[in-house]
Amino acid sequence: MLSLLVFLPLVAAVVLAAVPRLGDAVARWLWLGVAAVEVVLVGVAWAGFTTPAPGRLALDQQVEWIPGVRSSYHVGVDGLSLPLVAMTAVVFLACAVYSLKEARRPRLHAALLLFLQSVSIGLFVSADLILFFVFFDLSIVAMYFLTAGWGHANAARSALQFFLYTFLGSLALLVGFIGLYVYADPHTFDMLELIAAKPLAGHGLAAGLVLAAILLGLAVKTPTVPFHTWLPPAHTDASSVGSAVLAAVLLKMGTYGFVRIAMPMLPEAWRAWAWVILVVGIVSVLYGALVALAQSNIKRMVAYTSVNHMGYVVMAVGAAGLVAGDAAQARGIAVTGAVTEMVSHGLITAALFLLVGTLHQRAGTYEMAEFGGLARTAPKLAGLFAVGAFASLGLPALSGFIAEFQIFTGSIAVAPVTAIALLGILITAALFLLSLQRIFTGELRGRSFGFADLHPREVWAGGILLGLSLLIGVYPAPLLAVIEPAATAVVTLLGR
Amino acid sequence: MRPLLLLPEILLFVGGLAALIGGSFLPRDHQWLTRVIAATTLVASIVVSAIGLTAAPAAAFQGTYAVDTATGVARIAAALGTLLVLGIAGDEITGTPRESETYALLLFATTGTIVLAGARDLLVLAVAFFLASIPLYGLIGMVRTPRGAEAAMKTYLMGALFGIVLLLGVTLLYGVTGATLHADLAQRLAAAPPAAVAAGLLAVVAGLMFEAGGVPAHFWVPDAAQGANGTVATFLTTVPKIGAMVALYRFVTVLPDTVNWPLLVGALAVVSMTLANLAAYWQQDPRRLLGWSTVSQVGFLLVPVAVATRSDLALPSLLLYLLGYTVTNVAAFAVTTALPQARDLADYRGLSRARPGLAASLLVALLGLVGTPPTVVFVGKLTTATAAWDGGMAWLTVAVFVNSLISLFYYLRWIIPVFSPAVAGAQTDEHHAAAPRTPGHWSSDTAVAAALLSVGLGFTGGLVWSVVGGPLLP
Repeated sequence: MLSLLVFLPLVAAVVLAAVPRLGDAVARWLWLGVAAVEVVLVGVAWAGFTTPAPGRLALDQQVEWIPGVRSSYHVGVDGLSLPLVAMTAVVFLACAVYSLKEARRPRLHAALLLFLQSVSIGLFVSADLILFFVFFDLSIVAMYFLTAGWGHANAARSALQFFLYTFLGSLALLVGFIGLYVYADPHTFDMLELIAAKPLAGHGLAAGLVLAAILLGLAVKTPTVPFHTWLPPAHTDASSVGSAVLAAVLLKMGTYGFVRIAMPMLPEAWRAWAWVILVVGIVSVLYGALVALAQSNIKRMVAYTSVNHMGYVVMAVGAAGLVAGDAAQARGIAVTGAVTEMVSHGLITAALFLLVGTLHQRAGTYEMAEFGGLARTAPKLAGLFAVGAFASLGLPALSGFIAEFQIFTGSIAVAPVTAIALLGILITAALFLLSLQRIFTGELRGRSFGFADLHPREVWAGGILLGLSLLIGVYPAPLLAVIEPAATAVVTLLGR
Repeated sequence: MRPLLLLPEILLFVGGLAALIGGSFLPRDHQWLTRVIAATTLVASIVVSAIGLTAAPAAAFQGTYAVDTATGVARIAAALGTLLVLGIAGDEITGTPRESETYALLLFATTGTIVLAGARDLLVLAVAFFLASIPLYGLIGMVRTPRGAEAAMKTYLMGALFGIVLLLGVTLLYGVTGATLHADLAQRLAAAPPAAVAAGLLAVVAGLMFEAGGVPAHFWVPDAAQGANGTVATFLTTVPKIGAMVALYRFVTVLPDTVNWPLLVGALAVVSMTLANLAAYWQQDPRRLLGWSTVSQVGFLLVPVAVATRSDLALPSLLLYLLGYTVTNVAAFAVTTALPQARDLADYRGLSRARPGLAASLLVALLGLVGTPPTVVFVGKLTTATAAWDGGMAWLTVAVFVNSLISLFYYLRWIIPVFSPAVAGAQTDEHHAAAPRTPGHWSSDTAVAAALLSVGLGFTGGLVWSVVGGPLLP
């Protein structure tokens, strides 16, 4: 089941790349078809999902790969990964819909994105560190080509910076993984065995160094301050679809690594360093929000809000490491909030990037000053962007609220200092309202004249994502029912 | 004696003689027959070696030659590498005046490198060293250009110097122990004066580093890679390393604790990879860039040797890396021989549109050399780095990955033009663009095949591991 989910897009990608005779139209519809099938498959998996016993995964499959170092093809899902797999499938479906009119080499574009979908889903279902790393690394390569090949302006340069920076992160991660392997007895790369074994318990310095290597790798990918500098140029110069996938899915690989690998495998070291992680999270929240506020380029602004939102996640997982008294319940809420935020941010930010992309596609610029009164010529865009903006700033009844409410409830209960980060929400609200005001209200001017409103495919692409965000915001119970047991399990493992 | 144990080596040597003698009698337009002879003996040798791998490890010639997993894998890797090199030769060497001689020398050098891998006696090691290196001088000089002459001269002088250094080391070790057999050395070296052992160790390692093309005897590699013709450049940066690294592995395992050889090997590894990575960064000629890249790969290959006696992963990971490196490096070189006129990285602009198959092979090869999954070099790098940490040298693991990152810089300098659009509309650019449009099909096919092998072996890493993890002669 999971293997089908992982390899179906890969097969389609290979077919598309290897058979040039398939026309552009076939390529677009094949991509859309596969993306839709993936969503259906995820739906089936979700319907059949029951929370696995502690230390187990649902729907798991294991095949020997490199038995010499005890690494295997081992996949499975639990409450941490299933929501992210579902989010990934939906985001890629929205991208496929959005790209139905892609004019630049659509066959290769579709092949590359299918490949990227394959590695993204593969990463989230991996239950083996080496398998995880393989997908982690391949996502960087695919994203590099997506940015360099379909971006604009300084795409080549930004893509290169992205590649080198995140490759550095991935190698640091690999060093950390090898450290876990070496200290585990018996040596293994299997995640479940490593979680059960707590390999570095009692090795103070070594545990700290291994955690540092893993955190460096994940922090670059997330990205948190001060490792975020690759993100704004990559987003500014990537294509709309590229930005959407980068922000929605690839960034989550970093934060997912915290809850899947760093916290359960190195609980002692995590507890020891929880304050540092917490502070990095708070700084990311405030710094991301303030820099976003200062942007005149709407796409850069959305990019910096990613730093801000990922900051909430990092803050929450940091707070979860502060084991004090009987705050286990609050810490569980913080982790639940963090995972919910990953899903929510994925949906919302993908929608925002796709919508903002229409500005550049029609008017050739992302500068907010070039627009004004756009709501009159493009009411659909204005409406959808407004929903996206409100979702992102955490308005109740949308998914962002559910996530951030839990993050703050959990974090403030454990560490009251995290209340400072509430300022981030305030600033985000201000910057989104300001941008709405600058672009969509007031006198019609600049490039707003003759601006064509959204096509149905663009409405659908944004609508799927924001509709789901709304659904989660109104009725979060099914999602939280999946996440909560897993989050509680992480907190229990952390408290060992 | 048990000479049948050496059937693969005998096959190759006789094949080389047959190519040499047959070439003297064949008319110019039938010289390709010698290539068929060479290819057939290589395939036969691979088959015999593969069958031999299933047998229990054995010693031949009074214990001076080991026929075990390490020798078996070295046999297969070396013959496979040479076979792929013959594929490349289809474009470059066919129909040239010295065709059969080239094939004969390739087979002799391959035999030499295999004997080097199996040697368990310092004298056999010395003989194998010369058998493996002397054909190289002739091969490099085969191309009659000033650059080729310079490269041949440099290689010859370096080879002569380090050959003598190797003999000096053998003499020293014999002098303090009265033995050349590895098994005897292992018993007697511990009692020998450490200073003499250290000097002998240094000299033998230096000699083998010439063969492998690593620091401190690496100076000939970039020149030879650039100056020799493509077929030879591919061969000498790939196949001799196999024998040299396995020989080094066998040699260090007999050394006593009185000398800190792991530190020496580890230091050589770090210096090799760092120096070569920094030197490769500025190269404009793709072959010279690859030449430096192979020097850095020797650094990575030395990592498992440094922990030879401290980690069970050391030998399997070394053999796996050698096998993976062979196919991946050949793939990269085959792309350069498919486009012989493209001697500057800028000439590769637009290759992805003109020749997508070739561009994809190059991408797989270069990212493979960086150690990107799922190519087999990734599995090699992962397991060697793991072996280093497992053997208590975590700093070596960190050095491996820092250097992988550095190496990404210069591989990307090559990858970027390949995937950039060709400069549009410029007439002056026509001769540049012409090069990528008419690639030699033998080299192209070899590049694609080698790249597929590189990925395929990565996916079947477990299977390969079960082969390279076989028993070693104690």
